[in-house]
Amino acid sequence: MRVVRRPNRPVVEVAGGHVHALYRHGHSVVHRIAPQVKIVAAFGFVLAVVITPREAFWAFGLYLAALMVLMAIARLPLRFVLRRMVVEIPFLIVAIMLPLFGSGERIDVAGLSLSEQGLWDMWNLLAKATLGLLTAIVLGATTQVPDLIKGLDALHVPAVVTAIISFMVRYIDVILGEFSRMQVAMASRGHEVRSVMGWRPYAKTFGAMFVRTYERGERVYLAMASRGYSGTMPASLRVPAPGSQWVIGLGLIAAAWLVAYVAWAQQ
Amino acid sequence: MTAPVIAVDGLGFAYPDGTAALDGIDLHVHRGERIALLGPNGAGKTTLVLHLNGIHMPQQGTIGVSGLRLDGDSVMEIRRRVGIVFQDPDDQLFMTTVREDVEFGPRNLGLTGDELSRRVDSALAAVEVDDLADRPPSHLSFGQKRRVAIAGVLAMDPEIIILDEPTSNLDPASRRELSATLQGLDVTQMIVTHDLLYALELCERTVILDRGAIVADGPTRELLADNDLLERHRLALPAGVRLE
Repeated sequence: MRVVRRPNRPVVEVAGGHVHALYRHGHSVVHRIAPQVKIVAAFGFVLAVVITPREAFWAFGLYLAALMVLMAIARLPLRFVLRRMVVEIPFLIVAIMLPLFGSGERIDVAGLSLSEQGLWDMWNLLAKATLGLLTAIVLGATTQVPDLIKGLDALHVPAVVTAIISFMVRYIDVILGEFSRMQVAMASRGHEVRSVMGWRPYAKTFGAMFVRTYERGERVYLAMASRGYSGTMPASLRVPAPGSQWVIGLGLIAAAWLVAYVAWAQQ
Repeated sequence: MTAPVIAVDGLGFAYPDGTAALDGIDLHVHRGERIALLGPNGAGKTTLVLHLNGIHMPQQGTIGVSGLRLDGDSVMEIRRRVGIVFQDPDDQLFMTTVREDVEFGPRNLGLTGDELSRRVDSALAAVEVDDLADRPPSHLSFGQKRRVAIAGVLAMDPEIIILDEPTSNLDPASRRELSATLQGLDVTQMIVTHDLLYALELCERTVILDRGAIVADGPTRELLADNDLLERHRLALPAGVRLE
């Protein structure tokens, strides 16, 4: 048996290669751990973060420290992580509103009358969202998308769900490519967005995209049927994760839950 | 004499709205042949091709593949025997990596383990893309995608492969490489194309389909030299090219 693997080969970046932009190539322990272990560990860790009482500042500090250690082991540059945290900005805006418009007792901070309850809510939302996002970034940066899907499959996520995810991953570039070609075609014939009315053609384009995507779905199905597809995806080979990796993954969850437990016990 | 790879007899097909797409098609393709299927847009080429592997079932007439008659029971085996390479490789490469995609067909046939990887490796090698195995299909050039799509079909170990417009969107170099690859494959082939010179280069025999019927079937050079015939069926050699 001959398996060709050339991990160091530069991957040709095509327009809209963003799906894989979450991944950062590396060979660290965090990269090498089986995807199913990482998925379970990430989920268990986030659960611990979410149930931790908001008053336990030290607990959140420990969670953050744990994530920083993982990032250091995986050699994820700070800039890389920060850039990927941009998705949190909308939540940030909502969180900042909370103390301004919250109810209950108010306190003065730098001349602003803020709701105490709102401040706690803001902290709670920010701390937990940030830690959750960082966990997802570490997972995504150290696991390739096909491996994530294999991991879900190994965790017995229904084949229909993993198939839907893998089709989405496979076709998002194709569909976005089609959309940007349509935009270029629109601009080439003089379309310019000057006001909200300029959005109308976009709405129509979206409609056209739905139809095109549906038609492509049909063609993909034909291609699948032509290669013997009869309703179920062929089961992929499940490679079990070594026990030592489960010990690491479950150990991380246990530690996080212990922190959460202690935090509650202190209340 | 062995049974023809493809034996189509009296095939007729009409769409639900009553439009006749195919009308009394008789076509026999023998082992080792490489034939071109030509015809204007809307002639019924794709409809015919989708019959050959049982995506459409014959409403009239019969289809046999190496002696096996197409019906509800044999359709899966027919699909293994008849491999179709579709026009847009993005439709055909639906898995997340090249290797997984080429594995898709053989896995559906129940292959696993070493046998599966042997089959996949030899299919990838046959079209010279073995170094792309771990790439996502979206990161390949168009010519590479076309080759991987062919590998996916070869991995089914088909009796015939049918290529729908294999040269569309290929640059001249990829086009030439593809013709070398196709000439090197030891399998019966049918090439559906508008590219008459490609047909001439690769195929000794040509079948012309128009309005759902076969209007000509003969040596490619002869048919393409017949200007009246080409004109009648909305076919044309590139400007300035004439065959004697």
